[in-house]
Amino acid sequence: MDSLKKNDPYADALPPIEKYQAMYNEARNIRGISLWQDAWRRLRRDWVSMTALSFLVLLALAAIFTPLFPLQSPREQDLANRLALPPEFHSTTQKANEEGEKETVPVSLHLKDLEGEEFDRRVGELWTDPTGFDMLLLNTRLAIFGDYCLPSLCGTDLLGRDLLSRLFYGARVSLIVGLVATLVSLIIGVSYGAIAGYSGGIVDDFMMRVVDIMYSVPFIFLVLFLITILSEDAVKQWLESYGISRIVILYIVIGAVYWLTMARVVRGQIISLKNEQFVDAARTVGASGFRIVFLHLVPNVMSIVIVYLTLTIPAVMLFEAFLSFLGLGVEAPAVSWGVLAEEGLKVITPVRIYWWLVVFPALALASTLYSLNFLGDGLRDALDPRMKNR
Amino acid sequence: MIYFLAKRLMWLVITLWVVFTISFFLMWTVSPEGALLSERQLPEAIKRNLEEYYDLDKPLATRYVKTMGNYIALNPGPSMKLIDKSVFEIIAEGLPISISLGLLGLSFAMLIGFSSGIISALRRQSVIDVTFRMIATLGIAIPNFVLAGFAIIIFVFGLNLFPAAGWGRPINLVLPSLCLAAPFAAYISRLTRTGMLEVLGQDYIRTAYAKGLMPATVVLKHAFRGAILPVVSFLGPATAGILTGSLVLERIFFIPGLGSHFIEAVQQKDHPVSLAVVMIYTFLLFSMNTLVDLSYGLIDPRVKLDK
Repeated sequence: MDSLKKNDPYADALPPIEKYQAMYNEARNIRGISLWQDAWRRLRRDWVSMTALSFLVLLALAAIFTPLFPLQSPREQDLANRLALPPEFHSTTQKANEEGEKETVPVSLHLKDLEGEEFDRRVGELWTDPTGFDMLLLNTRLAIFGDYCLPSLCGTDLLGRDLLSRLFYGARVSLIVGLVATLVSLIIGVSYGAIAGYSGGIVDDFMMRVVDIMYSVPFIFLVLFLITILSEDAVKQWLESYGISRIVILYIVIGAVYWLTMARVVRGQIISLKNEQFVDAARTVGASGFRIVFLHLVPNVMSIVIVYLTLTIPAVMLFEAFLSFLGLGVEAPAVSWGVLAEEGLKVITPVRIYWWLVVFPALALASTLYSLNFLGDGLRDALDPRMKNR
Repeated sequence: MIYFLAKRLMWLVITLWVVFTISFFLMWTVSPEGALLSERQLPEAIKRNLEEYYDLDKPLATRYVKTMGNYIALNPGPSMKLIDKSVFEIIAEGLPISISLGLLGLSFAMLIGFSSGIISALRRQSVIDVTFRMIATLGIAIPNFVLAGFAIIIFVFGLNLFPAAGWGRPINLVLPSLCLAAPFAAYISRLTRTGMLEVLGQDYIRTAYAKGLMPATVVLKHAFRGAILPVVSFLGPATAGILTGSLVLERIFFIPGLGSHFIEAVQQKDHPVSLAVVMIYTFLLFSMNTLVDLSYGLIDPRVKLDK
């Protein structure tokens, strides 16, 4: 006690209890700021990133709750009356009435008076295999809006389908492919990079050489090839007996292409972290290598992983659009923005230009990718440790 | 240097072998008949000849060894779909077209990217800079096939500046290669701007100005060389992207390049052709990556290749 008093400037000034009280009060006034709080604070000041973020959140909500909006059917064709119409604010179609005369009526779902099996059949005509969640939303929509449909604000395509509605349903597919495929690439890339970085030595050498080789492989060709083969009827049936559909193949194949850069980045980070004290501490208390890598090291590289994630999603969505464009992406009747862009580009002729079929899908695709790119840049700045507390 | 090249050569062989093996077994296990089993029947004699040439009755392992021998002798054999054409002829037709498209695209990308990047960096935060950066992000975000669609609508049908599609005259190349170049020009512009900004603040640039050099000399000779290293390392992935992009653009603009041949071959299961195209692109990509690594040493004397 005596020696402690000697080195303590507070010792004589204050009695022990008050001294501890003062230290406690001082400590309580300091609030620790975690990396994430700090990054969020900085991101919030950047209006470009925030605009991009809010746009993406709105888009995601719109995609999830698409069946709730009073859209027309994304698949019902009306070849006789509504073929390739430019954008319009009042949608009408011809319909025969009871006396057999044709009269002009607003476009509607014609669901209101149907019941039982008739209702189910009509729903099957209007939408492709709605899930339980979708049916819930659809029923809510019918309760709120009845048969009312929004007019074709984006025009109709060459089969008389409403483009606005197809854009909304396409958003669901494009976004989900982007997210899931990125997740696949994330899982592969992070585990591969983390294991290589942590193991070091010859294992690391070998694993990174494999990545080097794969950088020189023209993946696009192998992917085209793989998807063509896997959509053979025989192979497809065999795969479908295991519950693997075309879209699952897309997730896996795209994910398997985009993990290389992620693996390199994560490996570099892990190498710089693996000699830190907390790793030694974990090893001392007997944690296994697996545990150290995935519970102690990987959470520490999450910031850089998230930045790469926001930059991988647009690349993946672009790739999906590209595959759909070549007719190898999602299959009809499902639509994605890539499919829509392809449909628009296919019908460009000197005779007549259906500009809305090109412009609106392109706009949807571009604005989403634009926002994702901006958000990625913003996040990179926000999570930069050199900017801490600034 | 020689050691470096020798090592790279070894890796090239390994890469080619791995790609060859994977593609070979993949294609022949999944559709063992190849193009022989399709709607359009080949004449019986030709079919028999092809079956004999590719030894379709022998086990896969034997054929693997034999095909590998053929590839080492640079003789990939006849096409299974196009009668009377060897794989070699098909490639000789398509490759020059694709390569000229790719090279032109790459030059456009560098020309536009470098100049807009340098101007952006010199006029930092001005209207020009902000405009260029907006356009660059737009270029990254818009897929090149969508861009091609707009370009066709505006320049071909709207303004009648270019012929619609087709092949044969130099003007046919301009629009496709510009569309191909757009995203890469955007990336290069961004990288150049960042690099230039970093370099322009350094002492040796001030020294260069101080000793009375012309601004143009300082920017182009002193600063630019230090600023383009990140761009050079981007050229490897860019080449890959340009190869990919040309697949789609060849289809949109009806250009009979290697990409068009490849898509056709894959869809009709003309295995010899698709295998050969995959091998060629692997080779191109690997050589480009090696060239990029080599050029580090030329641009930045601090980089040593042997490690």
